[in-house]
Amino acid sequence: MPLLVSYTLKNILARKLTSLMTIFGIALVVFVFSAVLMLTHGLGQTLVSTGYDDNVIIIRRASQTEIQSIIPRAMANTAKADPAIKRDSDGTLLFANEILVLIVKNKKSSGEPSNIPVRGVTEISMKIRPDTRIVDGRMWKEGTSEIIVGRKIQQNFEGCSLGQQIKFGGRSWTIVGVIESGGSAFESEIWGDYNQLAPAFDRPIFSSLTMTLNSPQDFDAMKERLENDPRMTVEVKREKQYYEDQSRFTTVFINILGTIISIVFSLGAIVGAMITMYSSVANRTIEIGTLRALGFRRRNILAAFLVESVMIASIGGVLGIAGASVLQFVEVSTTNWDTFAELAFSFETSSGIVLKGMIFAVVMGIVGGFFPAVRASRFRIVNALRAK
Amino acid sequence: MKVLKLIFRNTFRHPLRTGLTILGLAIAVMAFAIIRTTVSSWYTASQAASPNRLITRSAVSLAFTLPIAYKEKIVKIEGVSGISHAMWFGGIYVDPKNFFPQFAVDGDTYMGLYPEYIIPPKQMEDFLKQKNAIIIGRRLADRFGWSLGDQVRLTGTIFPGDWDFVIRGIYSGAEENTDETIWHMRYDYLDERMRTEMPGRAGQVGSFVVQIADPSQSAAISQQIDAMFENSSAETLTETEESFMLSFVSMASSIVTGLQIISVLVIGIILLVLGNTMAMTARERISEYAVMKTLGFRPLHVVGLIIGESLFIAALGGAMGLLVTFPIARLVQAAMADFFPVFKVQPITLVLAVLASFAVGLMAAVFPTLKAVRTPIVEGLRIID
Repeated sequence: MPLLVSYTLKNILARKLTSLMTIFGIALVVFVFSAVLMLTHGLGQTLVSTGYDDNVIIIRRASQTEIQSIIPRAMANTAKADPAIKRDSDGTLLFANEILVLIVKNKKSSGEPSNIPVRGVTEISMKIRPDTRIVDGRMWKEGTSEIIVGRKIQQNFEGCSLGQQIKFGGRSWTIVGVIESGGSAFESEIWGDYNQLAPAFDRPIFSSLTMTLNSPQDFDAMKERLENDPRMTVEVKREKQYYEDQSRFTTVFINILGTIISIVFSLGAIVGAMITMYSSVANRTIEIGTLRALGFRRRNILAAFLVESVMIASIGGVLGIAGASVLQFVEVSTTNWDTFAELAFSFETSSGIVLKGMIFAVVMGIVGGFFPAVRASRFRIVNALRAK
Repeated sequence: MKVLKLIFRNTFRHPLRTGLTILGLAIAVMAFAIIRTTVSSWYTASQAASPNRLITRSAVSLAFTLPIAYKEKIVKIEGVSGISHAMWFGGIYVDPKNFFPQFAVDGDTYMGLYPEYIIPPKQMEDFLKQKNAIIIGRRLADRFGWSLGDQVRLTGTIFPGDWDFVIRGIYSGAEENTDETIWHMRYDYLDERMRTEMPGRAGQVGSFVVQIADPSQSAAISQQIDAMFENSSAETLTETEESFMLSFVSMASSIVTGLQIISVLVIGIILLVLGNTMAMTARERISEYAVMKTLGFRPLHVVGLIIGESLFIAALGGAMGLLVTFPIARLVQAAMADFFPVFKVQPITLVLAVLASFAVGLMAAVFPTLKAVRTPIVEGLRIID
C-alpha cells in the first residue's frame, strides 16, 4: 500500500498542469458547496443566538412574525399574571411587552432603501436579554425622543451613527447609543422607549410579549394554560424556536438553489476528473502492463487509480474548504423574507460543513475515477505491454 | 479546407475524451444559462410594470397603511385618469410553505387598471356580485388544482381569523412576463369584517394604484401627491410601478450578486475542463506538430489547428448545453414555483452563453498554442511517448 500511494503521488506530480486544473475544478465545486452551507448556517446561527433557552415569546395566533402580530392590552394582562414567569432578585417581574414596526432607510452599500425593524421596549427588555449591552453612548432618557441602534444598523445604513437624527412617526429621533448583543438579530434593530414609539406610530397595542420563565421545564404547562384560555388568541413559543422559524423561507430558498447549483457543478467536476483519469490510464498502459507482469493484481491496479483520483479530489476539497473559510470574514446583509426586514449575518463554518465538503470531494473523486480505474484493471498484460 | 478536415479528425481522435469534454461543457453552459435566468426572473415583475401606473404607499414602510380617504384627494390631481387601492392580505393556505401573493382590491376599479390580466367578462360579473369572490391567476390555479366555483379557506396572519373564499374568476396574462400567480379578493369583504372586529383598522389601505394618462408626467404627479400629504400623520411615497417593483429586487441584492458571482465561477469550470483536454491533446501531439512544421506547415497552421479544435469542441458543448437548458428551465420553474412567478430563458442569456463558450474556446487554446509554437522542431521530434 505505501508503494501504491507513493506511485500515485509521483504520477500526480508528473502531470502538473492537468492535475492542477482538475484540482482547481474540484476546489471550485467544493468552494461553492461549502459557501452555500455556510451561508444558511450563518443565517440560522444569527437567529438561533437571538433567543434564550428560558425565554418565551407570545404573539397572536397564526401571525407568524411580530410585525404582523397584534396583542391587545387585555390579553397582555392575562399573560402577565401567569405563575410561571420569573421575578428577579428585586422582585421585578421579567415580562416585557414590546412593539415592532418597520421603517425604511437607505443602505450604505447600495444606496437602496431597505426595511429596518424598530422595537419599542421597556426597561425589562434589556434584563431578559442579558447579552444585550450599550457599547457606545448611553441609554435614552425617559420621556424624550431618543433611540439606540444596533451595531449592524450603525454600520450598514446611512445616517444611523451616534448623534444623528432619524425621522419617522412624525417625529425626529436622536441616536444616543449603540447596542451589541453577541451577533444576534437584535444588532439589526433600532430600539426605543415603548411609551414614546407606540403613540408616535399610533398603535396602542403590543406586537409581542417576551418573558423569562422560572425554569425552561415550565414551558409546556404555560403554553397549555395560555393557548387554551378562552380570552386569548395567542401562540406561545420558546424564543429560540421563534427566531429559528424566521429563517425558514430564506433558508429553504438558499438550500434549493444551492443544491441545484452544487449538483450541476459537481457533474462538471466529475467529468473533468474522468477526463484526467482516463488519459492518465491511457498514457500509462505499458506501465500498467509491467506492474501486472511483476505480479500486482488487478485489484491493486484498480486501487492505485482510485487512490490517485481520490487524492486529487481530496487536495481539491481541502483547497475549496480553505477558500470558503476565508468567507467567514465576509458579512452579508440581506432582507430576510420571513420578516421582510434587513438582517446582517456572516458566513459561518462548522465541523459538519467541513466534513460534508470533504465527503463531497471524495465522492466526486471516486465517481470520476471509478470507470477509468476499472478500465486500467481490465487490461490484458500482453496487450498492455505491446501498446505504443 | 484541408485544415478544417484535419480539425474535425483531430477532434474525434479520442472519442471518449472529447465526448466527456462536450458533456462537461454542456452541463456548465446549461448551469450558466439557468443561473442567469434565475437572476433575470427577479426582474420580470419590474419589466412587466406599466409606465402608466404609479404606486402610492406609506412613506414609513410597507407595514403601514394609508387612510382610504386619500383617494378622493389624489383623483383630483390633473393628469390622474384612474385610481384604485389594494391591501396585502398575507393569509396562509393550509401551510405557511404554500406562499403566494394575495391582495384585497377594489372590485370595481382595480382590474380596469391592469389590462394585462385577461378575465372573461362573465367571470368579472360574478366577482362583482359576491362579496367573498376571488379572481386568481392561471398558474396559481394550476399549482393547487383549483377551478371555478371551488371554495378555499385562508388563515389570516395580518387579519386574524379564518376567511372563506369562492373562486369566481381565473385570469391569464396578456404578456409573457405577466404574473399569473396573484390572488385578488375583494377589499369590501375585508373591510366590513375589520369594521366589526377591529374598528381601528377599518378604512385603511396598503397602497393606491394611480393611473396617469401621460407617462412623462409621472415624476411631477408623484411629487404632487407626496406634497399633498406631507406633514400629515400618514405621509406618502409615490413612485412608478417599475421602481416600486425594483425596490423589492434591491432587498435581495445580496442573493442576486451571489448568483452573478456563481455564474462567473461556472465559466471558470468550463474553462478548466476544456483547458485540461486541450492541454493533454497538445502535449500528446507535440512531435506531430514538429513533423508538420518540418513538412512546411507554418506555425500559423498549427495555431489554427489547436484553436480550431478548441472552438469546435466549445461550440458543440455550448450548443448541447443550450438545447438542454429549455427542458431544465421548465423543471426548475416547477421546483421553485413559490419563489418565481415567471421563469423564462431570455434571449440575452442565450447570447451571453454563446459568447462565453466562444471566449472559453479561445482561452483554453492559449497554453497549448504557446507550447506548440515555442517548442523548437528539433526538440519536438525528439519527444517519444
